[in-house]
Amino acid sequence: MNPLLTVDDLKVSFPTRTGVVEAVRGVSFTLGRERLGIVGESGSGKSQTGRAIMGLTPAHARVTAKTLSFEGIDLLSAAPKVRRDLRGKRIAMILQDPKYSLNPVMSIGRQIVETLTRHENVGRAEARERALDMLEAVQIRDPGRVFDLYPHEVSGGMGQRAMIAMMLVAGPELLIADEPTSALDVTVQLEVLGILDKLVSDRGMGLIFVSHDLRLVSSFCDRVIVMYAGKIVEELAASDLANAKHPYTQGLLNCMPAIGSDRHPLPVLDRKPEWAL
Amino acid sequence: MTTATVSAENLVVTYDEFKALDDVSIDVAPGESFGLVGESGSGKSTLLRAVAGLAPVTSGKIRVHDRVLVGSRRDKAFYRDVQMVFQDPYGSLHPRQTIDRQLLEPLAIHGVADGERRILKALDEVGLGSGFRFRYPHQLSGGQRQRIAIARALILEPSILLLDEPTSALDASVQAEVLNLLEQVRRDRKLTFIMVSHDLGVVTHMCDRLAVMQNGRVVERLSSADLVAGRIGEEYTRNLMVASKGFQRKGAAA
Repeated sequence: MNPLLTVDDLKVSFPTRTGVVEAVRGVSFTLGRERLGIVGESGSGKSQTGRAIMGLTPAHARVTAKTLSFEGIDLLSAAPKVRRDLRGKRIAMILQDPKYSLNPVMSIGRQIVETLTRHENVGRAEARERALDMLEAVQIRDPGRVFDLYPHEVSGGMGQRAMIAMMLVAGPELLIADEPTSALDVTVQLEVLGILDKLVSDRGMGLIFVSHDLRLVSSFCDRVIVMYAGKIVEELAASDLANAKHPYTQGLLNCMPAIGSDRHPLPVLDRKPEWAL
Repeated sequence: MTTATVSAENLVVTYDEFKALDDVSIDVAPGESFGLVGESGSGKSTLLRAVAGLAPVTSGKIRVHDRVLVGSRRDKAFYRDVQMVFQDPYGSLHPRQTIDRQLLEPLAIHGVADGERRILKALDEVGLGSGFRFRYPHQLSGGQRQRIAIARALILEPSILLLDEPTSALDASVQAEVLNLLEQVRRDRKLTFIMVSHDLGVVTHMCDRLAVMQNGRVVERLSSADLVAGRIGEEYTRNLMVASKGFQRKGAAA
């Protein structure tokens, strides 16, 4: 089976006044129509990996790779127009906080319709119809009302559902979700994840789920990549998490206070310099 | 009659028309670590802020060490005894003041003389050497900043610490370090904690008893041991418990 996405030796670096910061240092993986989790702490390069695939790296940064291809399209040499057409249509991205990632001066419905009209030749009535269907698919009870609301008028969970609707309305093949539920309450988190899970499996999309929460990712994804200091330190099947070999992965799993485990003090991560080599 | 260190009785806090706290009562025993859990908007932070005098109390009573506090005015003696640590270490430190200056501020306000010694001691206690003293917040990581915020709260040697989601802005590994630090200072100084968190794992780890809040009311009070053993009375608490266990696919292996 041809992979949807091939990433080989991806590097992202940012030139700064005090020298070059290497955020991603040689990340390689392939993705089929499956759910892949990328886990790491802040600064591990997990988000920059997702952004490089999406083509959202800031202009002053350097992105290099031996291969970065999506369905046979070489993303690094693709013309801006090609990438614009991909972005939103075939590759979509859900960001962390709906408060900041939705346009505050545009109604939710119009933002969803905009995605459609940008990528497809649809009439106004049809675009509206499809946006309403999509809002219903993310389990918003009264789509007609929410369509005309502005982002500040809805709750975080509702905003994130609107965001998912917006990203999925054009029927992308690859979805990158960058901490899609970190800004939400635990109970809402599960609802949103459930919706995302259903849509991803119903439509047969590939999913990259970027998160700092190892336990959440392993319960949601098929395969997990653990990143540390810009590199992949371990890749394992989600069901195999208990047998993680790298001390960093073990440390991350261990240091969470869990209900019912009485450990005082909590084990802390003993960072070894050789992990970052 | 009361033996509680901190207690709230029938507390009501209203913002305009909105009741953020609706008839809430809690009792926290001396030396206890008490947890408040709930979703955003449940009023858990408001309760903490009401105790600290940062929320407009409409009616009800707050008692700290047998002193009844009226309204939201607090005197200096109160703040010597009760200090607070906020959620976001990026927001709670002054970006243009050195750590030294920020730790000196509470001492200056309260006219404490031996500032030098106390600052060094506080930095040492939170596991940061004196090398951090003349740095600015932007030169520190999130975990180090939260340690500074804890040092600032401890420098007046309070007996009660109010913790508002002290680790939710931190990475999991850093969270473990900060939680260990908090436990250690509580043991060393015999502090009373009131801790707000949305993470049941963190609360059961840190606290002896907890109150579950929803829509401005306390829906259930229980001990951490009861929660762990699943002796839960309210449906809402059970939902929170399920949610904290992570995502589960509906149906067997679908």
